[in-house]
Amino acid sequence: MVKVYIPRDTTALAMGAERLATELAVEAKNRGADIEIVRNSSRGMFWLEPLVEVETANGRVAFGPVEAKDIDSLFDADFVNGGLSHPLCQGLTEEIPYLKKQQRLTFARAGITDPVSLEDYQAHDGFKGLKKALEMSGQAIVDEVKNSGLRGRGGAAFPTGIKWQTVHDAVAPGDAAQKYIVCNADEGDSGTFADRMVMEADPFMLIEGMTIAGLAVGATQGYIYLRSEYPIAHQLLNEALAKAEAANLLGENILGSGKTFHLEVRLGAGAYICGEETSLLESLEGKRGLVRAKPPLPAIVGLFGQPTIVNNVLSLAAIPYIMAEGSKAYADYGMGRSLGTLPFQLAGNIKRGGLVELAFGLTLRELLEDFGGGTFSGRPMRAVQVGGPLGAYLPESQWDTPLDYESFAAVSAVLGHGGVVAFDDTVDMSQQARFAMEFCVVESCGKCTPCRIGSTRGVEVIDRIVNDENREDNLELLNDLCDTMIDGSLCAMGGMTPFPVKSVINHFPEDLHKPVTEDMAS
Amino acid sequence: MTAFNEQSRQQVSDIVEEMKNLPGAMLPILHAIQDAQGYIHTDAVSIIAEGMAQSRAEVHGVISFYHHFRTTPPGKHTIQVCRAEACQSMGSRQLEAHVKEKLGIGFHQTSADQQMSLEPVYCLGNCACAPSIQVNDDVVGRVTASKFDQLVDQLSTQALEVK
Ligand SMILES: Cc1cc2nc3c(=O)[nH]c(=O)nc-3n(C[C@H](O)[C@H](O)[C@H](O)COP(=O)(O)O)c2cc1C
Ligand code: SF4
Ligand code: FES
Repeated sequence: MVKVYIPRDTTALAMGAERLATELAVEAKNRGADIEIVRNSSRGMFWLEPLVEVETANGRVAFGPVEAKDIDSLFDADFVNGGLSHPLCQGLTEEIPYLKKQQRLTFARAGITDPVSLEDYQAHDGFKGLKKALEMSGQAIVDEVKNSGLRGRGGAAFPTGIKWQTVHDAVAPGDAAQKYIVCNADEGDSGTFADRMVMEADPFMLIEGMTIAGLAVGATQGYIYLRSEYPIAHQLLNEALAKAEAANLLGENILGSGKTFHLEVRLGAGAYICGEETSLLESLEGKRGLVRAKPPLPAIVGLFGQPTIVNNVLSLAAIPYIMAEGSKAYADYGMGRSLGTLPFQLAGNIKRGGLVELAFGLTLRELLEDFGGGTFSGRPMRAVQVGGPLGAYLPESQWDTPLDYESFAAVSAVLGHGGVVAFDDTVDMSQQARFAMEFCVVESCGKCTPCRIGSTRGVEVIDRIVNDENREDNLELLNDLCDTMIDGSLCAMGGMTPFPVKSVINHFPEDLHKPVTEDMAS
Repeated sequence: MTAFNEQSRQQVSDIVEEMKNLPGAMLPILHAIQDAQGYIHTDAVSIIAEGMAQSRAEVHGVISFYHHFRTTPPGKHTIQVCRAEACQSMGSRQLEAHVKEKLGIGFHQTSADQQMSLEPVYCLGNCACAPSIQVNDDVVGRVTASKFDQLVDQLSTQALEVK
């Protein structure tokens, strides 16, 4: 019996993995080939999806991207025995440079295991961190997280240990005294998919991380707030939750320790602003996702008025490694105040799109060229948006910026959640600036005027600039409008929408001065 | 799509009754109703409001805040086109124009024969294989105009086979 791996990750499925798995099983039967198909998750080399791997004595051999029409020739080339002669053969998976050059701590298991196999997870160091944590005091766990230097991976990069300390020290008020762990799995940024990959490739890791957080601060209830756009993650998380509960790794009296932690997945409903932590809490409480003013911090007055940790998926997913291997092992990666690894996500017009987990510090250009291999279209690359829809567009002159939080801030850009979206030279940057404002119109929670009304005015002003109506005056107006949004908005939706807009004004001004063409006037 | 009859009414009441004691029950209830009935009918709003001891305006306020919830019945198939940046960099604006022309409807509309609904979406998490669309429950990557036409043709032939 030979094991053949075909992923069931969203992207692999979007590229035809389901039909491939079905037809490959049928053909194996026809040919009397003794194979077992394992539905793993993706390694994150998305340009090779669907990536089929075959287990051999030397390790797994990869073939990709495989389409249903390739099945015959794969069998003819004896791929079941690692038929290296097939044109789609990529050699040993682990030796593919894109993967080999990475430093995978959080994504160590991605694509290797069956995501909902508890046995697989435990065979690959799963629940080692939890078992250690069960023997430690809450304060000792918080200290370990502090020493790791971990900063929140959801965008704002706030030190995770300090957030946990605040919740640890907070006293839960009232009769229903309760602390909560909330995982922010709303991942709304374009160009990001690392949270989705964690949930689809290694859901037990997130469950373990959240349980450890519960032990650290004395919270017995957790929620994963998952965006409704991720149905596969939803299904896999629920399967994993049920298995963890059945194995007493979750729920009452975990592994006989006397400690309790309950966990539930809650679905969002397609609102970008619900990724903002206070809006997320409102939504979890069953209300419109309006942003709350801070203070009080959610760490003190959070879900249902109780002390609450709100952390991104990647922040919580880093915890099992930190606990199992120790804070120092984690902190040894990275540079300056950006410690550990960051899963970068290469997307858009890029030849080799996918997930690249590396210690902070390599440059954007290295990521785009060494890993990404340039544009998908083969045309020159012109602009790169980093950090999601509220992040700046970087021109080539800024691509040597090292990928760490401080270096990006120094060039008025943000690293955010590590999403990188490449554009080739056919891009019209005036339309990208316009879209930033348009997105804010669609997604603003509506609470403050600069964001709600300012974004609508922003679209209009950009249209006038593009149409060459009082161009200079309108450019000045656009600048003023951006400043008003930055200064007068309650949250980063209104406060950062000007980032992409200003980056276009500063670095791609020629596109705002183009003569009008027909299709722009829409 | 069938009308909102006694049976639908009962279904909504049952869902509200079963879930209303969950902490923060509103979103789970709305999801359950939309999953079961395809949309949230005005008459369902009154039942939810009563069950949750909220005003109809409050319930409506929640429904209208979220893009996912709809108050009109969807077509037989729902197509969502990603409009976010990674997809734009791979030509989603042109794809969007093509989709609208092919289906003969705009965003948030349903075709006159009730076959197709078209919705915008901002990122499906498939940004490395853009442009992306979702057809009913399935995400599809690297969508071109001709790949889209094929998908739509498949959907229509399947509909014929069922009959
Ligand atoms: C408009 C807006 C959208 C956001 N979206 C997300 C998101 O999708 N996921 C996320 O983890 N954080 C998001 N954040 C950041 C959260 O508010 C919060 O900082 C984060 O969840 C804290 O977790 P961390 O400390 O682990 O990063 C968003 C913030 C803003 C202002
Ligand atoms: S800036 Fe925009 S999204 Fe943020 S609170 Fe104000 S209106 Fe809401
Ligand atoms: S931007 Fe379209 S799938 Fe992410």
